[in-house]
Amino acid sequence: MENIKEYLKAERNQEWRAELRKSMKAKERTGRERNDMLERDPNVRNKNIDEVNLGLTEELALADARRCIDCANPTCITGCPVGINIPKFIKKIETGDYLGAAVVLKETNALPAVCGRVCPQDKQCENNCFYTISLKKPAVAIGNLERFAADYERNSGQMAIPEVAAPNGIKVGVIGSGPAGLSAAGDLCKLGYDVTVFEALHEIGGVLKYGIPEFRLPNEIVDVEIEVMRKMGIKFKTNFLVGRTATIDELKEQGYEAFFVGSGAGLPRFMNIPGENYNGILSSNEYLTRVNLMNAANPDFDTPVLKGKNVAVIGGGNTAMDSVRTAKRLGAERSVIVYRRSLVEMPARVEEVKHAQEEGIEFMNLHNPVEYFADENGRVNRMRIQKMELGEPDTSGRRRPIVIPNSEFEIDVDTVVVSVGVSPNPLIPASLPNLKMTDWGTIVVDQDTMQSSIPELFAGGDIVRGGATVILAMGDGRKAAAGMHKYIQEKINK
Amino acid sequence: MNKIVEKEFFSENVAKLVIEAPEIAKSRKPGHFVIIRIDERGERIPLTIAGSDIEKGTITLVVQKVGVTSAKLLALNEGDVIRDVVGPLGKATHIENIGTVLCAGGGVGVAPLLPIVEGFKKAGNRVVTVLAARTKDLIILEDQMREFSDEVILMTDDGSSGRKGLVTAGMEEVIKREKVDMCMTIGPAIMMKFAALTTKKYNIPTEASLNTIMVDGTGMCGACRVSVGGKTKFVCVDGPEFDAHEVNFEEMMSRLGGYKELEAEAYEKYLKNAE
Repeated sequence: MENIKEYLKAERNQEWRAELRKSMKAKERTGRERNDMLERDPNVRNKNIDEVNLGLTEELALADARRCIDCANPTCITGCPVGINIPKFIKKIETGDYLGAAVVLKETNALPAVCGRVCPQDKQCENNCFYTISLKKPAVAIGNLERFAADYERNSGQMAIPEVAAPNGIKVGVIGSGPAGLSAAGDLCKLGYDVTVFEALHEIGGVLKYGIPEFRLPNEIVDVEIEVMRKMGIKFKTNFLVGRTATIDELKEQGYEAFFVGSGAGLPRFMNIPGENYNGILSSNEYLTRVNLMNAANPDFDTPVLKGKNVAVIGGGNTAMDSVRTAKRLGAERSVIVYRRSLVEMPARVEEVKHAQEEGIEFMNLHNPVEYFADENGRVNRMRIQKMELGEPDTSGRRRPIVIPNSEFEIDVDTVVVSVGVSPNPLIPASLPNLKMTDWGTIVVDQDTMQSSIPELFAGGDIVRGGATVILAMGDGRKAAAGMHKYIQEKINK
Repeated sequence: MNKIVEKEFFSENVAKLVIEAPEIAKSRKPGHFVIIRIDERGERIPLTIAGSDIEKGTITLVVQKVGVTSAKLLALNEGDVIRDVVGPLGKATHIENIGTVLCAGGGVGVAPLLPIVEGFKKAGNRVVTVLAARTKDLIILEDQMREFSDEVILMTDDGSSGRKGLVTAGMEEVIKREKVDMCMTIGPAIMMKFAALTTKKYNIPTEASLNTIMVDGTGMCGACRVSVGGKTKFVCVDGPEFDAHEVNFEEMMSRLGGYKELEAEAYEKYLKNAE
């Protein structure tokens, strides 16, 4: 840690940074208001899949960058799971060197354009910003600025290919091409390894492709980032299910020295309430996969999707928001969130909830489904709901929802999307009987190196955490890449 | 990209496709399935593997025309490619030497039953196979089944081949005359339901291989869920084979029809465009 602090200090003391700090009084910086990103009109955007946020203009980006006072102790960085040098990239923006800002982002973040869009900045870097902590003012718009720099670079047509060490000829495998896997692959490639990413689906990107909708993260943005990784020399194999198509042992015979498992949180959870298997009731994973990965809403594609008129989405996370807003875009007359706690406890990003509200999504907070009913064809047509109130905080620190007796009532629904969490994908663990697992089905790893009970196997993301965010998965990927590097080098030098 | 190296029609709406997939050919076992996607705009559908040739690096699939994707698949020819094939998926059939195994297959379910029959025979079991179809022309893989079965009983709805009657009549005949230690059934849901009811009467452990709607096939979407013994299971990762006496076939049949209207609409559109 000391090394990092020293490094950050040295960076901050560079002449251009010192000059920039002097160019404007801190008072003047902190007296400025934070800007908002431009957004599409809620009543237009809720009928199409165009991206909701339009980003910052150059002018707004410069104004927001000037708000950052380039603290001597940049607490924001401690809130970033991948440790982006936040003041440095923001100050690069302030000097007008937007491409330089993107280079800083890519030093530690393989997917800045993605993170600038989907990170819960309000809970991470921006929550640790000097403005938030000491001034009690809106934080520097770190997330928006990250997005600005990454988008500027992409649109400039001058995407920097990160520097890669000379190839060392050592083969490593990355299992899963979601945020954890891509992040690990990027770092391993930079260290000179011969990296192959194995993906079970037909497209690279994992949850970035099948899960997060186009209106929040356009696929094109993910594809551009993946193209950069290809240019770095990373190989991708789709339709390849490690443990099935070939086992880890078979891959070892082919020369792979170590593996990173980022296979994600596969299994959707259901509530196990009566009627939950009726037609028209599906997991958010299924609903979003059909629409995002399979293009089901487009009549030129073969995959069907149920376009409900009366859609209820159960849950309060980002995936629930994605599902309920997707339902609206597919033409739902009524698209409603049913969540057992209140708005305050919602795990979704603040911005997603705000966008959902603007788009005409109804919120039935402090409500919980207890039973579903169906028509003569087995299609859900009604659901029974009970009302809840909040009690004492539980182990998660959030106030526990308690059932209000005799509060049940029914509403009409024709489609229900269940978005109450996921369980880890069991396919990789099932193929490795010696792999140490937790009772929840996640892989046990060393917290620092992400090494599992099988020495050459490292893991991160939802297969370790059970259900988290893109950026935490990416942080794991980075940590694991460093752990794998150390493991392999020690093995070689023995 | 997986090339079709051989195609043979068994009947007007049923064909065998031999597809290049060397890694799957090597790793697949009886009971496994694959998910395929024909082209960029295609949907993902599960198909149970009917056989493989490790040397040639191919797997065999048997497809029945029921909708847009299967129709498109049957319209492909030798030399054409299927864009995506992933597998092997699902749990392999648990094969051991337990004595006498009764295998009951209906329609195209006979194809995935073939490697299971072969597996049980090679494990030292006596294998009696009952094959059922609406009519003579729809009976498939009879010769191959004979090769690995001690006896094959044919049942047709119209009596055009073998005996007239349903699969259950053939099964019951075997159960009444000899001790059957287990039964394996693959076919349309309604057939498996009645096969299971038949063996339940005689307390014969029975496994059914279910073919439900799937999207990813790796446990992610839950489209394939079925109730087994009152608990929700995912066919793709918990199955495809389950204790047939515990499967809620009524619910399964209802769920198979979950996209019926959309599928029918799409098929009509496809046929119109094909004209």
